[in-house]
Amino acid sequence: MALRRCSMDLHIHTVLSPCAEVEMIPELIILQAQRSGLDMIAVCDHNAAENAGACITAACGSTVKVLAGIECESREGVHVLGIFDRAENALQLQDFIWSRLPAEPNRPEFFGAQMVVDASGEFIRFNDRMLAASADASVEELVQRIREADGLPLPAHVNKTHAGLLGVLGLMPEGLDVPAVEVFLPPGSDAQTLAKLRTTFSQLETLKCIRSSDAHRLEEIGQSRSFVWVESRSVGELELAFDGRLGRSLEELC
Amino acid sequence: MVQYITEGLLEEIAQTLSLENVSGTDAGITRATGVYVSDLLSDVMGQAHSGEIWVTVQSHLNVVAVAALKELSAVIICQSREVAPAVAARAKGEGVVLFRTPLSAYEVCGKLWELGLRRAA
Repeated sequence: MALRRCSMDLHIHTVLSPCAEVEMIPELIILQAQRSGLDMIAVCDHNAAENAGACITAACGSTVKVLAGIECESREGVHVLGIFDRAENALQLQDFIWSRLPAEPNRPEFFGAQMVVDASGEFIRFNDRMLAASADASVEELVQRIREADGLPLPAHVNKTHAGLLGVLGLMPEGLDVPAVEVFLPPGSDAQTLAKLRTTFSQLETLKCIRSSDAHRLEEIGQSRSFVWVESRSVGELELAFDGRLGRSLEELC
Repeated sequence: MVQYITEGLLEEIAQTLSLENVSGTDAGITRATGVYVSDLLSDVMGQAHSGEIWVTVQSHLNVVAVAALKELSAVIICQSREVAPAVAARAKGEGVVLFRTPLSAYEVCGKLWELGLRRAA
């Protein structure tokens, strides 16, 4: 099989995230991803994956490949994306996270509603858990759990002081088993923005970095993206691309 | 240069606040020259001064790295947060004093202030 260039945005929220707009339903997300020329997306809600399957279904027959993800929050307050080929694997991680979340219910009046929907966006039910919270598990444990569920662990927006691995923990934890990290660069950033970021966090020099939109609104989808050269669109191929093995590769940012 | 009215002997501070020395590092005759409180390690790396006590709820291994890097006199981990044996062992190896307390960061800072560890007017 030949290698192809794949445009990807691996960090998109749906209406299951309390902070996402109500327009973030599967059908519209796929439509917007397709319009903005994305080949692959991952749906990553806060500490939950209940809408991932619906997004995969909604993408059937479209040009967009959907991976199932979760944006989990560690005990330290660090966000890590877990990216999976199948919704079931993401749900396996979800079970673990839910066993470690605080017992309090969500307060929609403060944090927003958390809606489980079907592929067309029809409302199924509210998720009443407090999803905007830390799971009682270290960042290392989350990474390990993601690996055990055959997922790809990617620390999210690492340079942010709000929930970014480097912002919160200052340094990359020794031996953390992640193939790449997501950096936050505002839309329109250039090579200079990235160079400056690498001065602030020198460890970014040696880490594989990707960009994603962290979209909470439709128009944000694909505004930040990364490019990989892969044979097919899967977690296994992504890992090869991040590692630069078997001809697969990740393009430098900016 | 930040000036403090009083320096505090770590051992006395630990006794007064009933701090548990979880790393078993000898506090010896180390003097704390001040206090910094933050749960963002990147912030501590940028703002804390050598000799200060760091008050936090974080107990990740990186806390030890940052405390050693900044040559802080001690770390006080609040709210009885769990400290993994690997973290305690590394702290001892690096000569970092790790204390733990059930008190909140607010209460710890209040007590340290009362002890005289405060910025000169």
